[in-house]
Amino acid sequence: MLDIKDLKVKLEEEDKQILKGVDLSVEDGQVAAIMGPNGSGKSTLSYVLSGREGYEVTGGEASLQGQDLLDMDPEERAAAGLFLAFQYPVEIPGVGNQVFLRTALNAQRKARGEEELSATDFLRVVREKAKTLNIDAEMLKRPVNVGFSGGEKKRNEILQMAVLEPKMCILDETDSGLDVDAMKLVSQGVNALRDAGRSFLVITHYQRLLDHIVPDVVHIMADGRIVKSGGPELALEVEKNGYSDILSEVR
Amino acid sequence: MVLPVRKTRKTDVKAEATEARLAPLTLPEGGSWSQGARKSALERLREMQLPGARDEYWRFTKPGPLLEPQVSALPLEEQDPVFDGVEAARIVFTDGRFDAEASDTDALEGVEIERLATAAGADIHWVRDLYGVLEAKDQARVERPFAALNTAFAADGVVIRVTGRAPRPVHLVYRREAEAADVMLHHIVKVEEGAEMTLLETGTGAARINTVLEVDVAKGATFHHVRSQGREHDRLVNTHVYARVAEEGVFKTFTCALNGRLTRNEVMVDMAGDDAVAHIASACLGDGKGFHDDDTVFVTHGAERGESRQVIKKVLRNAATGVFQGKILVQPGAQKTDGYQISQSLLLDEDAQFLAKPELEIYADDVQCSHGSTSGAIDEEGLFYLRSRGVPHDRAVELLVLAFVAEALDEIDDSDLASRLRDRLDGWLSRRR
Ligand SMILES: Nc1ncnc2c1ncn2[C@@H]1O[C@H](COP(=O)(O)OP(=O)(O)OP(=O)(O)O)[C@@H](O)[C@H]1O
Ligand SMILES: [Mg+2]
Repeated sequence: MLDIKDLKVKLEEEDKQILKGVDLSVEDGQVAAIMGPNGSGKSTLSYVLSGREGYEVTGGEASLQGQDLLDMDPEERAAAGLFLAFQYPVEIPGVGNQVFLRTALNAQRKARGEEELSATDFLRVVREKAKTLNIDAEMLKRPVNVGFSGGEKKRNEILQMAVLEPKMCILDETDSGLDVDAMKLVSQGVNALRDAGRSFLVITHYQRLLDHIVPDVVHIMADGRIVKSGGPELALEVEKNGYSDILSEVR
Repeated sequence: MVLPVRKTRKTDVKAEATEARLAPLTLPEGGSWSQGARKSALERLREMQLPGARDEYWRFTKPGPLLEPQVSALPLEEQDPVFDGVEAARIVFTDGRFDAEASDTDALEGVEIERLATAAGADIHWVRDLYGVLEAKDQARVERPFAALNTAFAADGVVIRVTGRAPRPVHLVYRREAEAADVMLHHIVKVEEGAEMTLLETGTGAARINTVLEVDVAKGATFHHVRSQGREHDRLVNTHVYARVAEEGVFKTFTCALNGRLTRNEVMVDMAGDDAVAHIASACLGDGKGFHDDDTVFVTHGAERGESRQVIKKVLRNAATGVFQGKILVQPGAQKTDGYQISQSLLLDEDAQFLAKPELEIYADDVQCSHGSTSGAIDEEGLFYLRSRGVPHDRAVELLVLAFVAEALDEIDDSDLASRLRDRLDGWLSRRR
């Protein structure tokens, strides 16, 4: 599904190398977790994959189902099936949540040569998915993320994911800021989408989320590289001992 | 003695320009009261003279094209369809002349409508008491010579008196047939105690148009004004809206300006009675070097507990220029005034410019007044967020632009009118990708 080879990224504005050769593959249907200390480059990786400006790729490659991602505009990546649930979802005053989501969905469908969804069909889909995530109709009418609580923002990200049905879902600390019940809802939302044709890259600091969304593989990122990969037990080890053992072992 | 000589020279230049502008004009026919009103307007005008490029009030907007004695041809465009389908009493002006055939003649309950050209020959006391009166009174505060010019020479317009709740809006439609028409229209609206009406205006009307609208809002009366100013790129527009708002009266005006080589919209509100309300809002989208849009607003609080709001939004790109001059004057004794003013521009590139001069002048101690003026670029974070969900770049920009002007559109009470204007703005944006 997703293939990243020796990806090197620096900031456009500063001479600061953040990703120093990331190698990572996510198989079709796989749920991969990425853990790693603060500042190790996890969010940067997710931004670079989704096409945010401000970074310069100085080496390596990244492809989604064989398509070179790095050459595409963000909207083309989305239409190709990439989705990023933001660590910090953006507030957009004046743009209604529902209008936004319908515009996005239909733009993606159009880009893929699929028929656009009618207003009523869209409404049915979005209401149904919102209900399972405990998002009320009022929130759908409000401007995107404006005045949403931290947890509401995260649930809204998952709602967008559920409606857009991407193939490659990157979740950047979707668990942070969620209460125990919301965490369950979000995990159920993610698990409901698990499918042989859909993959997940779950960035998290805590085992708690991985109790609900059990990963097939866990990667550890440190200082701009994937330094260790293993099974779910790797997350437990991090939870218990932190990163120091792993990092000294790598060095 | 160099100074007086220079001063005289400058004055001569203005006097010459004024006389040159007046040369092709003749005072319209009419009864004695209207002749009197027109002559004293002409006297006022000669006294103050038309503005020059150095006048402080015309610092950001050069009056040159408004001073030319003649106008050049402006290609005809299709009529702005924004309020087509809105049930309204349509009053059509073609090249500045009332067009009886194209206008609705059905009576509107609680509303008297008369053509200015007719009213000027009759002796209708409320017309006489209002025509040029708010304009003249306001000249003491700030000189607006083009408004005096209009009072003197506007040959047509409507006079409207509202005594009840108007069942439908009155819609003034400005059509064009001649390419080089130079038009002045003068309208009078008197909304009697407790009465209500909505006035719509659409269209360009002429290659150059100068309008005055004088509105008297009586106690507890409500007047809504919503206009969309045509689509011709090289149009020259200079409008003046005067309102006097009595106790508990409500006055709301909204202007949508797209295109236009020179647009200067002046709104002067006199909050004369306690608990009066006035909202002035505008949304403008400008593209290109040949675009200049100026909102000049002056709100005077002369009574207690008045609430005034000014919400001005301008989206500019490709060297377009936006101007805002807005003042809130709180007179002594106008306690508990609540005055709000916000003017914001969204600059889509580095060539566009927004020139703003917000002013507060307060002579009462127990008031709440705030003003803010900002110029900003498109929010890159928001843009990326929208694009990351698959919204194409240009559409994402459009959504953010519409979101930006939404605050001004929100000032319109009638949601149907607001959504029509929103669609109009949206259509304009998507045609210009
Ligand atoms: N725009 C930027 N300007 C300056 N420094 C940046 C920028 N973006 C990222 N960085 C730096 O790059 C490094 C990686 O940041 P990133 O956000 O990718 O870390 P992270 O692994 O997601 O951390 P966390 O676990 O705290 O979310 C950090 O040192 C961060 O300060
Ligand atoms: Mg991060």
